[in-house]
Amino acid sequence: GFFVWRLKGAGTGHTPCQFVHLCRAANDRFITFQYFNFLKRMYVTQYNKDLSQRAKPKSDPVVSPFHELQQLDQEKKVIHQISPISPVHQPWPETSRRNELREVESAAESEASATAVRAEPKEDRQWKEMKLRLDELPGILARLSKIKLTALVVSTASAGFAMAPVPFDLTCFLLASLGTGLASCAANSINQFFEVPFDSNMNRTKNRPLVRGQISPLLAVCFAASCGVPGIALLTLGVNPLTGALGAFNIFLYTCCYTPLKRMSIANTWVGAVVGAIPPVMGWTAATGTLDAGALLLGGILYSWQFPHFNALSWGLREDYSRGGYCMMSVTHPGLCRRVALRHCLALIGLSAVAPVLDVTTWTFPIVSLPINLYISYLGFRFYRDADRGSSRKLFFCSLWHLPMLLLVMFTCKKSGLDKEDKNQLLGETHGRAMEMRLP
Amino acid sequence: PPPHSHSDWIGPPDKHSNLRPVIFYVPPEESALERRLREARQENQACNQRFWARHNRAFRQEKEEFIYSRLKAKGLEMRDETGQKATLNAEEMADFYKDFLSKNFRKHMQYNRDWYKRNFTITFLMGQVALARALRWLRWKKKIVEH
Repeated sequence: GFFVWRLKGAGTGHTPCQFVHLCRAANDRFITFQYFNFLKRMYVTQYNKDLSQRAKPKSDPVVSPFHELQQLDQEKKVIHQISPISPVHQPWPETSRRNELREVESAAESEASATAVRAEPKEDRQWKEMKLRLDELPGILARLSKIKLTALVVSTASAGFAMAPVPFDLTCFLLASLGTGLASCAANSINQFFEVPFDSNMNRTKNRPLVRGQISPLLAVCFAASCGVPGIALLTLGVNPLTGALGAFNIFLYTCCYTPLKRMSIANTWVGAVVGAIPPVMGWTAATGTLDAGALLLGGILYSWQFPHFNALSWGLREDYSRGGYCMMSVTHPGLCRRVALRHCLALIGLSAVAPVLDVTTWTFPIVSLPINLYISYLGFRFYRDADRGSSRKLFFCSLWHLPMLLLVMFTCKKSGLDKEDKNQLLGETHGRAMEMRLP
Repeated sequence: PPPHSHSDWIGPPDKHSNLRPVIFYVPPEESALERRLREARQENQACNQRFWARHNRAFRQEKEEFIYSRLKAKGLEMRDETGQKATLNAEEMADFYKDFLSKNFRKHMQYNRDWYKRNFTITFLMGQVALARALRWLRWKKKIVEH
């Protein structure tokens, strides 16, 4: 689920709309709504994270609900002069949800504010003391660990666990989920630790805790260690060593390969896709203890999904990537970017068809999933042909609901636990007993 | 920041570099280790500021030049009748972005290496300082208890 990092933080125009309406209703209601719905929504609502991070799980910017509440309180308390605000450049994808929320909130408090505050909230213009406040800590840590992205990663891992053809073990499931979540938090924190000056320069990520000085780098590293070590230990000892190894490997892949590679070569996209594919594999191995074909299939599906998701997202962020020095296909090899996205949309169809062959699902799965797979492929083709903002946005938003739906369909089409051999065995036993009874 | 404060203060993002400047607090009895940490952080801040301010300025300038040359090639002016600044759409700008990224690649590689080095050094120093402070506090506590 690390691929969720890559969750494109595009807070674009329409999706946040429904959200903003809800926000207008009441802050606390918004928070509960957000809280209870983030799983349903399956995408990061606050995209602070670096767009280049594709991995969903370790995705980026996710502003914790706590923070929103605190922000509001602080804004209410502080009434200050509005110094001339530097021109806010807001390229389309950069409008983070948070910014829009701020706009909503500040509009509500406009008596205090002289001018309409756009991307920078009032408090951003102030000098802040760099002292860690304990009451702010949960919110800060949530943002540091990209908690929403982590939640998505954990849910893909759970999907992997659920798809495994073994009886459901609740303890194992919980331990695996917790371990994966902790590992994801650790990796996300290290990622933010590495990327401070770059995050400052990109609109999507400039409100991260380390960028804003709300937490020291030392504390970020300690937090990462205190999440990562217990997380991996939990997976290794509480679940099985294979899952632990995969978790540790994924952390390494994300922090030491993907993060530096983002600035060196376009290969980072493929590495990021692997990072995103591993959590479901981890879920599977947690359940079964072995790395079998079904696990790899699930990983393959997540891997392929990353490409339309990320490539479409990165299409709108070319300016920021170019200025920030990130090597992304959308900037350097635009044709390849679109080709790869389309290729992997089609691959999803193929992989869905392989699922019943591997006994992961019944034959209904490729049939039922065909419409959504065809739809995303169609959008992928449009993106390939048109290569414009509109088609990239459509593809990106489609990918957001496509994955949860695909996983859901997959789960409902899961092959039942009682397979043919068991049935024969049972029949054989009863048969044998019947025979015994007949013979004197 | 107020003069009596005992902590560092961080300000709003800089106009050119988008980085937030930090004013470091110099405690009266600053140990050698703490001074090294502060100086490392100050140097890091200065390096980052220099790099990004120059880089962003170059980006803006080159972008303007690119837009100007493209508009001229198309036979348009920088501003249209209503006085609005003419812009190119994303597809036209794509060539510029690609070009800019490849031109600055080596510069970024160099900066990346430096940044990682500085980041690790500073964090390690922070760890040492924290440890030293913790030991000092424990010793002070012990003294209090003994008396």
